[in-house]
Amino acid sequence: MSITNTDPIEPSVYREMGLNDEEYKKVTEVLGRHPTYTEIGMYAVMWSEHCGYKYSRPILRYFSKYKEAIDGEGLENAGIIDIGDGLGVCFKIESHNHPSAVEPFQGAATGVGGILRDIFTMGARPVACLNSLRFGSLDDARTRYLFEHVVGGIAFYGNCVGVPTVGGEVYFEDCYAGNPLLNAMAVGIMKHDDVAYARAEGVGNPVLLVGSRTGRDGIHGATFASVELTEESESRKSNVQMGDPFTEKLLIEATLEALKTGYVTGIQDMGAAGITCSTCETSAKAGTGMKIDVRKVPLRETGMTPYEIMLSESQERMLAIVEKGHESDVAAVFKKWGLHAVVVGEVTDDGLVHVYDGDELVAQVPAKSLADDAPTYQLKTEEPAYLNDVQNYDLSSMPEPEDYTQALFKLIGSPSISSKEWVYQQYDHMVQTNTAILPGSDAAVIRIRETKKGIAVTTDCNGRYVYLDPYAGAQIAVAEAARNLACSGARPIGATDCLNFGNPEKPEAFWQFERAVKGVADACDFFGAPIVSGNVSFYNETPEMAIYPTPVIGLLGLLDDVEKRCTSHFKNQGDFIVLISGAPADDDRGAGVCEPESLGGSEYLNTIHGLAVGCPPMLDMEREKKVHEVVLQAIDKELLSSAHDCADGGLAVTLAESCIIGKVGADVSLLANCSASAALFAESQSRIVVSLPVDKLGALREIVEKIGVESTVLGKVGGDALKIKVNDVAVIDANVSKMESCWRTVIGNKMEA
Amino acid sequence: MKFGVVIFPGSNCDQDAYFAVRDVLKQPVEYIWHQETDLKGFDCIILPGGFSYGDYLRTGAVAKFSPVMNAVQEHAANGGRLIGICNGFQILCESGLLPGALIPNNGLRFICKYVNLRVANNRTGFTNMCAEGQVLNIPIAHHGGNYYADPNTLKRIEDNNQVILRYCDESGNVTPEANPNGSLNNIAGIINESGNVAGMMPHPERAVEPILGSDDGRLIMQSIVESMA
Repeated sequence: MSITNTDPIEPSVYREMGLNDEEYKKVTEVLGRHPTYTEIGMYAVMWSEHCGYKYSRPILRYFSKYKEAIDGEGLENAGIIDIGDGLGVCFKIESHNHPSAVEPFQGAATGVGGILRDIFTMGARPVACLNSLRFGSLDDARTRYLFEHVVGGIAFYGNCVGVPTVGGEVYFEDCYAGNPLLNAMAVGIMKHDDVAYARAEGVGNPVLLVGSRTGRDGIHGATFASVELTEESESRKSNVQMGDPFTEKLLIEATLEALKTGYVTGIQDMGAAGITCSTCETSAKAGTGMKIDVRKVPLRETGMTPYEIMLSESQERMLAIVEKGHESDVAAVFKKWGLHAVVVGEVTDDGLVHVYDGDELVAQVPAKSLADDAPTYQLKTEEPAYLNDVQNYDLSSMPEPEDYTQALFKLIGSPSISSKEWVYQQYDHMVQTNTAILPGSDAAVIRIRETKKGIAVTTDCNGRYVYLDPYAGAQIAVAEAARNLACSGARPIGATDCLNFGNPEKPEAFWQFERAVKGVADACDFFGAPIVSGNVSFYNETPEMAIYPTPVIGLLGLLDDVEKRCTSHFKNQGDFIVLISGAPADDDRGAGVCEPESLGGSEYLNTIHGLAVGCPPMLDMEREKKVHEVVLQAIDKELLSSAHDCADGGLAVTLAESCIIGKVGADVSLLANCSASAALFAESQSRIVVSLPVDKLGALREIVEKIGVESTVLGKVGGDALKIKVNDVAVIDANVSKMESCWRTVIGNKMEA
Repeated sequence: MKFGVVIFPGSNCDQDAYFAVRDVLKQPVEYIWHQETDLKGFDCIILPGGFSYGDYLRTGAVAKFSPVMNAVQEHAANGGRLIGICNGFQILCESGLLPGALIPNNGLRFICKYVNLRVANNRTGFTNMCAEGQVLNIPIAHHGGNYYADPNTLKRIEDNNQVILRYCDESGNVTPEANPNGSLNNIAGIINESGNVAGMMPHPERAVEPILGSDDGRLIMQSIVESMA
């Protein structure tokens, strides 16, 4: 059977779906006729930026593993990292920004659900979730509403499925007010033998739809993600899917159990573009085709058209291809868990996806044309005009604060720096009883049962740096993530990224994208943690403004001995505090802090002066890596009581955090050839503050000298206040319990106001 | 002695309880599927934490009708040992195996954190390894852990010493500030009149090894083993 005599689709119809005239023409060339309504809908979602990466694909070739995979065997399972003992880790981060902007609770919840399915569909048990969030100012009521419900949605979903949410980050900046970011990450562990493939192998094998029924929710969700947010976006709430974490929990258990039967030859989750995406991708990968009947799909509503069924993004569904004759064995597992498992079609050998509505053929398209042949565009780039102004801003006349202690309190009391316990206490971060470092330290650590090992995970990105210099800022995001892992005792082994940018059709936004991707790719390769998975989210803007370019890095590290893990807070009175820094030995500027320019991009300038200007701090990756190496070796030799990276807010905030969490003071003296504000608050890179007992100092010094970095004894842990002198002048005297109440309560107080 | 851990659809602390019994207590343990109707051979049944049947209605309200619950009732009536942790406690209250009810936290948000618990009665089969007044550091993770009972019931369980654990501060003082969820009398855990059934919102199975932040939960779990030895 084949489709003939189709009428042309009205341009207004396909344009509304997001296709341009050129792309429509390409569809007619592929098919040799005009498409049916169902077919044009399928092309529109699969060729959207969200699914087809039509704009980003050429740039993503900067990622070494991606390029290797695209030019070689394809992307599948490129994301699995070997950690020895026959085990692999897979992990991925993904955005759900637009849904969260219009329907924050469900948008966030389904963001978590979607990324978890990406993990267990590979045969891995999810062991950790993280999330990276960006909002406007908490002084704005709409932002508080979005924040409350995004966090609530993540908690609703993540807590119910029984996967601990162990880490992440939250930043508050005005540029995210109209377009908040929700990036959800999940990590899974599998035995290498248990890897499942998203391939429709075996002509004649039955195709099963398992999990939830299909409804009208989320139709054209992927297309919705591929346009800017406007006033009208509010009316697109029906593009947002509804999450059912209970069904997801059952689906996790049932899927992992079904894979153990050995009869599942291929399986793919259904996310963006639902049945369309999973049918065409699994057949395109295997070089096969597929015939399905939409009337066999269990439906949630009556009267759904083939178009709606093919495009629905109803959650908690999977497509499973099963060895012929064993469909009932596999279905029995799903039924045991109370889930649907229905044969909806079979694998064919003709490379086509055939969609029937009962006896009527409603779509017949080459699988590969949908899955792999989305048109790609080489978009124009143009260096943004603002860069010159912000980078050359004159910081030399910046006044010193009248009271440095007050400035420190302002910084630790700013929502971006303050404690995030209001957030993470709403997440079950302990279920599965493997969380060896709880949220609130530099990276979360999960032990791997039946081994001595642990994995460390973190997400990082300072969007302001990327705004001020996309290439350098992106590199810093990777360097900071690696620094966080080093402070926990882990070496980076792999990375995932969520690339949140503005409208790529604007040359300035696309320039930011290209530069940032290059920065991420170069840094990840340098730190031995190539990008193995990820997601691109464009169009993060409103008519008023675009977000800071925000390439969020999810970094995974390995600890050979989880018992040696290290945390960020001071532990013992009398311990020495040492700054390990990447400053060159012949640098006479002092303890890794330098001239006023290095206040550029700092949280100090942002919070105290309301400025996002200057150049981000200089990063020398060679030196950065050496600093990590020193700390990793010191942790391995069990020399350190604590290690904490210097990042937002500079050295003073780093010290304050180590004091607050440790509930102990510190006496510190800095020597610096710069202003006291720069010595305290500049965010110079490649610095880690450690504390250790006096009898371990010699051993630390040996490592420092062997590797060739700088180390400076700053002072000692003790007392009930953080006291800092700069060049022998007392500038900070901050009571620890006062700092704690300021730092711990700020977000909660704003939310209860 | 043999433990059984019930799996309801949506249970998510079943494995944690299983591992704690098998690897830390080193006692025999088996999973029990929610459709099981015979619990003979088990000495202690654990109803684990999670979101049984999704708990979209009221926590534990659906689980009480699951087939295994008849057998659980029978096990308890015959004097068998039974402990409900978190969602398990909610199910026991819904089923009438323990008095009172667990309503949403007074902040209406999920709370996951370590809390301090004061042992209010150590002469029970669930706390005998603790000293009276001892402070235990054990985490909570719940949205509906706010213990409520009508005044008569509350008086009765207090008079009978059925309260075994209360939320307290680091020094063991039972204060309003130390109450994370609004529970009456800071109640975190109780037993039934005959003392063979316990329910508690905190998760002892999450605090059984130092790597997890505390091993105080072992005292609760070991108490069960000791008292049945």
